[in-house]
Amino acid sequence: MEESIAELRETFRTGTTKSVSWRKKQLRALLDLVNENEDSIFQALDQDLGKSRVESYRDEIGIIKKSASYSLSCLDKWMAPKKGELPLLFFPAKAEVMPEPLGVVLIFSSWNFPITVALDPLIGAISAGNTVLLKPSELAPACMSFLTQTIPRYLDNKAIKVIGGGADVGSPRVGRLVLTAAAKYLTPVTLELGGKCPAIVDNTLSNPSKAKVTAKRIVGGKWGPCTGQACIAIDYVLVEEKLASTLIETVKKYIKIFYGDNLKELKSISRIVNQLQFQRLVNLLKDPHVAASVVYGGSVDEEKLVIEPTILLDPPLDSEIMNEEIFGPLLPIITLKNIEESIEFINSKPNPLVIYAFTENETFKKRILSETSSGSVTFNDSMVQFLCDSLPFGGVGQSGFGRYHGKYSFDTFSHEKSVLHRAFYPELEPRYPPWTNFKLAFLKLAYALDYFGLILLMSGFRKS
Amino acid sequence: MGIEVEKKAGFDTESAKEVVKELRASFVAGKTKTYEWRRTQLTAMLKMMDENEPQIVAALTDDLSKPELESSIYEIAMLKNSCKLALKEMKHWMMPKKAKTSLTSFPSSAEIVSDPLGVVLIISAWNYPFLLSLDPVVGAIAAGNAIVLKPSEISPSTASLLAKLVKKYLDCSCIKVVEGAVPETTALLEQKWDKIMYTGNGRIARIVMAAAAKHLTPVVLELGGKSPVIVDSGINLQVATRRIIAGKWGCNNGQACISPDYIITTKDYALELVDSFKCELERFYGKNPLESKDLSRIVNSNHFARLLKLLDEDKVSSKIVYGGERDETNLKIAPTILLDVPQDSLIMNEEIFGPLLPIIMIDKVEDSFDLINYSGAKPLAAYLFTNNKKLKEKFVEKVSAGGLVVNDTTVHLAEPSLPFGGVGESGMGAYHGKFSFDTFSHKKAVLYRSFAGDAAVRYPPYTAGKLRLMRALLGGSIMGIIRALLGWSKP
Repeated sequence: MEESIAELRETFRTGTTKSVSWRKKQLRALLDLVNENEDSIFQALDQDLGKSRVESYRDEIGIIKKSASYSLSCLDKWMAPKKGELPLLFFPAKAEVMPEPLGVVLIFSSWNFPITVALDPLIGAISAGNTVLLKPSELAPACMSFLTQTIPRYLDNKAIKVIGGGADVGSPRVGRLVLTAAAKYLTPVTLELGGKCPAIVDNTLSNPSKAKVTAKRIVGGKWGPCTGQACIAIDYVLVEEKLASTLIETVKKYIKIFYGDNLKELKSISRIVNQLQFQRLVNLLKDPHVAASVVYGGSVDEEKLVIEPTILLDPPLDSEIMNEEIFGPLLPIITLKNIEESIEFINSKPNPLVIYAFTENETFKKRILSETSSGSVTFNDSMVQFLCDSLPFGGVGQSGFGRYHGKYSFDTFSHEKSVLHRAFYPELEPRYPPWTNFKLAFLKLAYALDYFGLILLMSGFRKS
Repeated sequence: MGIEVEKKAGFDTESAKEVVKELRASFVAGKTKTYEWRRTQLTAMLKMMDENEPQIVAALTDDLSKPELESSIYEIAMLKNSCKLALKEMKHWMMPKKAKTSLTSFPSSAEIVSDPLGVVLIISAWNYPFLLSLDPVVGAIAAGNAIVLKPSEISPSTASLLAKLVKKYLDCSCIKVVEGAVPETTALLEQKWDKIMYTGNGRIARIVMAAAAKHLTPVVLELGGKSPVIVDSGINLQVATRRIIAGKWGCNNGQACISPDYIITTKDYALELVDSFKCELERFYGKNPLESKDLSRIVNSNHFARLLKLLDEDKVSSKIVYGGERDETNLKIAPTILLDVPQDSLIMNEEIFGPLLPIIMIDKVEDSFDLINYSGAKPLAAYLFTNNKKLKEKFVEKVSAGGLVVNDTTVHLAEPSLPFGGVGESGMGAYHGKFSFDTFSHKKAVLYRSFAGDAAVRYPPYTAGKLRLMRALLGGSIMGIIRALLGWSKP
């Protein structure tokens, strides 16, 4: 591995990765990689996670294609220096901020979106002109294998390397390990973690057609992405007591329509990635009080690593399921007397990556925005914010720091270098010692950009 | 110069916990979030400076023998500007920024909202102890955070004054100063902060970042490095020399993170450059610079000894071409120029942070870029004096540093529209102007969707037709979508 890193450093030094043509070539090659190997990717995702083709396209292949195309079309603009405005005092001078690559970057990706979370940051790192060492997760071995074998065939081997193996990234625990290791070298870090992403639902549920859409979006936002094994999946729902049964009935209805009536006939849904995660999820249901709160589902198939979409109503708040990120197909529904209490409830837990809120009440929306803190907030839907390239994607507090997607990816892997060009003339004598009262007065006025005062001072109409 | 303040006595982990608890309660209560609170604090800070300028200058003289002009301009006037800019622009900075949405999430609207991070820790440095303490505080206030400021114990008079003034003028339930040294800083670092900003050196920065890692706290590190000055021939040598002198000895006698550290010039030009320096240095500081009132002293005996070690190393002491005089009692070292020191000397392998200026000679001026890039650490700043347009372009393209200035030194610090920060060993993150506000904010993405326009294609059961349509939707082209709807594209 050390040899690989040394080679990457040497490649970076030669300046190859800085040229816009190199970057564009790599991005196009990445598009070719995805276009020409779609079937292999579908297969690998099916093998690792049981993802269906639509889910694989929507959450992985489609995302990468979109991201690479977008970066290709914007790259020239992103690479251009940004002009800065200077006050008259500096005249004649020119200021700009120039993005430059950081150098050699390391990307750890996770197992749940093994293609997206590997290749999307890669797109950002390449666009910004860096050399990259990519470590896909070995917990999604077919995808890891695919990436390890295919990337060298399409991308510049001297600048982009893939090494298999890696811990279960994405949790705060591993985040701490990464950050501690980075501290030794003062390496800046972006951490995309997770948390318990809540969905608040208010009395829009009283409106039947909106209730339907809400339920569909909640179901789609829970079991749609990798059967809940996603950092932005809905973790739990908050709803008013009196509307809980409406919600549960509508959610059940759509679970059946989307995925099937029972465990045996489950379709269009991923499976649990491995035994370890499967056991972890099963254990969450072992607590008798938690088991008693299951109102739908709960069946498991250990051989196939499948857990039925499961709804729980008011499991105890001190249970594990309500205190660690679920990352699976179990959906607790927590009832409150008044939906406004949801704000306090959410604030009692660490900052999540996303807060979802289904409401049309503008005052409530404002309260949610200003009184809670999360990576992002999405109103009246789930998941789609991921598709918005103009929105930064990242966490805050325990859900991480730093962000990417679209131009934010480019920025995250760049150093924004400020550049100031000055001319030799005119010269401001008061800049130089020996110091006098006049020079002090001059500089005070200059710093305050008090041009009129300066004129008065210099023409003797103002005492120093 | 003892460090004595009631607050500091016995400040341990428990005390640190209490402080954070109190500030968190204030933050959660929403005190720091209102525009009014932020405006009141910044206005109070301006008043604080207006009413205490002589005391601030006196503390800086005490700590650093800083010339009054440097204190007035580089510390107080700069901070005033920072406050005024924040006061003027804060409303605008606080407003959510609209973001574009694409066809894929139609219909929707999106914005980016600036949230305060919460409770932040600012650890500052001793060389510009007033500015480097309060300038980050301005940003943290503007962004709506509660703050603990830990000024450096190496500039104790200023630290003490800051504690007194902050208590008197600012809201103590939300902004506190904790004085002390290693034990107090360690106690603070054990707590959970929402952001930590540290200004200082790389060794301590690693300790700060490792402590922050335990709580997943993001950090801003403003460090330093060896900021090189490349001097080409065919320039106005007098102006260039004066600007280098102003950036070196005119900035706390070389004890500044962006002070020119060393010079690179061609063999042919070196002697002319040295002569110009001798001439201008005498013009500025007289024949006996040890007695000039316009130079800061060396901050303390530790640093004094450190600098003498660099200067008195055998292979270096013979290279002195100007200066070299020292006055241990008064902690003064005269502006000193060295010519042609060896690359493996101590002085060329650590940040000098003092009044010694080595000049390295090369054959061609273009060779300087590799010299800088291969030095092993990216500096906080790099400077070039030249009239050659191509050289300027190559410099900007090839040299990686926090910030670059062509034909001047250090002045980029005063321009708030430029982000001020390092890269690699010189640091991470940036501040000044709006960058300060951004650094102490979380930029929260917000997407508004309506209940209308729910596409069945999103939901299972998944079919080949849905896959077709999904491809088209993600591809974003209207024609693609129409074709998919008509069944004309591949599944």
